[in-house]
Amino acid sequence: MAVTTPPIAAETASAAGVPPVALWRLKGFPLIPVMILLFIAFVAIFADVLAPHDPQIGSLARRFRPPAWQAGGSMDYLLGTDHVGRDVLSRLIFGARVSMVVGITAVLVAGGIGTLLGIVSGYLGGWADQVVMRVTDTWLALPALTFAIFLAAIVGPSELNIIAILGLVYWTRYARVIRGEVLSLKQREFVRLAIVAGCSKRVIMWRHILPNVINSAVVLATLMLGVVIVTEASLSFLGVGVPPPKPAWGLMMADGKKGLMVGYWWLTVLPGICIMLMVLSANLLGDWLRVKLDPQLRQL
Amino acid sequence: MKQYIIRRVGYSLLSLFLLSLVIFLFVRVTGDPVSLLVEPGASPEDIENMRRQFGLDRPLWEQYWHFMASLAAGDLGQSFYYRTPVLELYFQRLPNSLLLAAVAMALSLLIGIPSGILAAVRVDGFWDSAGKIFALLGLSLPSFWVGLVLILFFSVYLGWLPSSGSGTPLHLLMPAFTLGWYFAAAHMRLTRSSMLEVLGSEYIKLARLKGLPEALVIGKHALKNALIPVITLAGINLVVMINVAVVVETVFAWPGIGRLLYEGITFRDFPIVQGVVVIGGAMIVLVNLLVDILYALIDPRIRLES
Repeated sequence: MAVTTPPIAAETASAAGVPPVALWRLKGFPLIPVMILLFIAFVAIFADVLAPHDPQIGSLARRFRPPAWQAGGSMDYLLGTDHVGRDVLSRLIFGARVSMVVGITAVLVAGGIGTLLGIVSGYLGGWADQVVMRVTDTWLALPALTFAIFLAAIVGPSELNIIAILGLVYWTRYARVIRGEVLSLKQREFVRLAIVAGCSKRVIMWRHILPNVINSAVVLATLMLGVVIVTEASLSFLGVGVPPPKPAWGLMMADGKKGLMVGYWWLTVLPGICIMLMVLSANLLGDWLRVKLDPQLRQL
Repeated sequence: MKQYIIRRVGYSLLSLFLLSLVIFLFVRVTGDPVSLLVEPGASPEDIENMRRQFGLDRPLWEQYWHFMASLAAGDLGQSFYYRTPVLELYFQRLPNSLLLAAVAMALSLLIGIPSGILAAVRVDGFWDSAGKIFALLGLSLPSFWVGLVLILFFSVYLGWLPSSGSGTPLHLLMPAFTLGWYFAAAHMRLTRSSMLEVLGSEYIKLARLKGLPEALVIGKHALKNALIPVITLAGINLVVMINVAVVVETVFAWPGIGRLLYEGITFRDFPIVQGVVVIGGAMIVLVNLLVDILYALIDPRIRLES
């Protein structure tokens, strides 16, 4: 797949005079967004090594230190400290891990449920289809954030709960799109031939339908990553997401709100910039994938 | 037509039924509902009394029947914190939410429609790109962050606008913009695509052939038709806005429904959380039904299709 081709390889390839097809495939490749995402992933993986301080332990003696370049800041705490004296940079670094883990797993959970139900309802049709689609309609009627808050208020805050909640809230978008695709795939020759050849329904859904809808699922997953991360941050901000003292970006902003009115800008602005970079990058990559991989989704 | 409406109403009722079932079951399956319904710090006898009072010792279907009966009677329970019925609290806060949503909607349309038209008329031009960036940011930025940054600039640094509360038109500006941006982005995108579609149609070509000035073609002939889907979306979004404003209302301490929901969460006031979600879901189901029926009335193709 063209997507996974590293950008550097593409550059050297063009210099070596590779057929223009390969270049066309990479046209408009969102290089910067992909690099940002890779960077965040790298930071998330090596957070233990990269973080200069413990993200959860601070000292009240050095609370509300401004970033290094402002008066009163020190190089020890490059991006300042928060209301209990924890290092902001270290918390941002570990926050990347929380966002990545929650974001990616939640998208996988949602994608798993949605794709499965989409295929089953699209292929089997009949009452299975009716049930899945009515449930989907109901799900979509609830504003996602409110629904997530409701669930979170019941089960209580924890990282695992958040993943389950986000998966439960967002599977419907996959189900809708995948079902639509399956409906048209069902009419295609290869599926009919598989039926004639005596394949069971399960084999057809698993072997013949699934590989053909994976593209759309990947596109949707990339686009959903941004939505899921913003929702996680919002839940954490409201106090029903990742529980403190874990360093999650949304939580950092909720804490930072306390220092906002006296001008401690770094506590809210910096985590927000991290979320923005990650979500923007995911959206730009998703947009590009959508156009490249799946012409049917272009109007989405 | 009659058949179509009956079927749509049937679907909506089914949706409402599923909605109530989901809410009812989630509360009971994920743990002991008494721990949610009882006030924090209650004694074991109180908990036992509560269990009997709410009928939680009875079979599940009986509980559901009771739940539905009280819902139908408009009884959403009583808030622990305020000691008043949830519905009363809801209606106290509703005007504030409506006001915020109305101003946010006005802002989002004022930004979204003109920029959408500009983008469609000059496809791939400067305004199109600028609009795309504006929309992308609007859809990507967490609204609570936008709110906090606005507070930082306009309240803390410049001191122009009040950072929280309500009462004057100035209080409305920042929350309305924060809430409206996301929707402005959606309205802009839809205006653009709908305008592009209309501009490609035969009657626009005719208008141009007649030699009408371009401003008249776009501003009068094309706009009228291009705005239909946008107005529909705006109608639905107005209801959505009331229900997703929780983050914005929390940031600006705006006393609306969202703030009520947030208070419900922080005070572990479960009846409020449940009530706000039930009413919100029902509102959206109803608006979708209205839109479907309205569309069927306007466009015979829809009601004949299925």
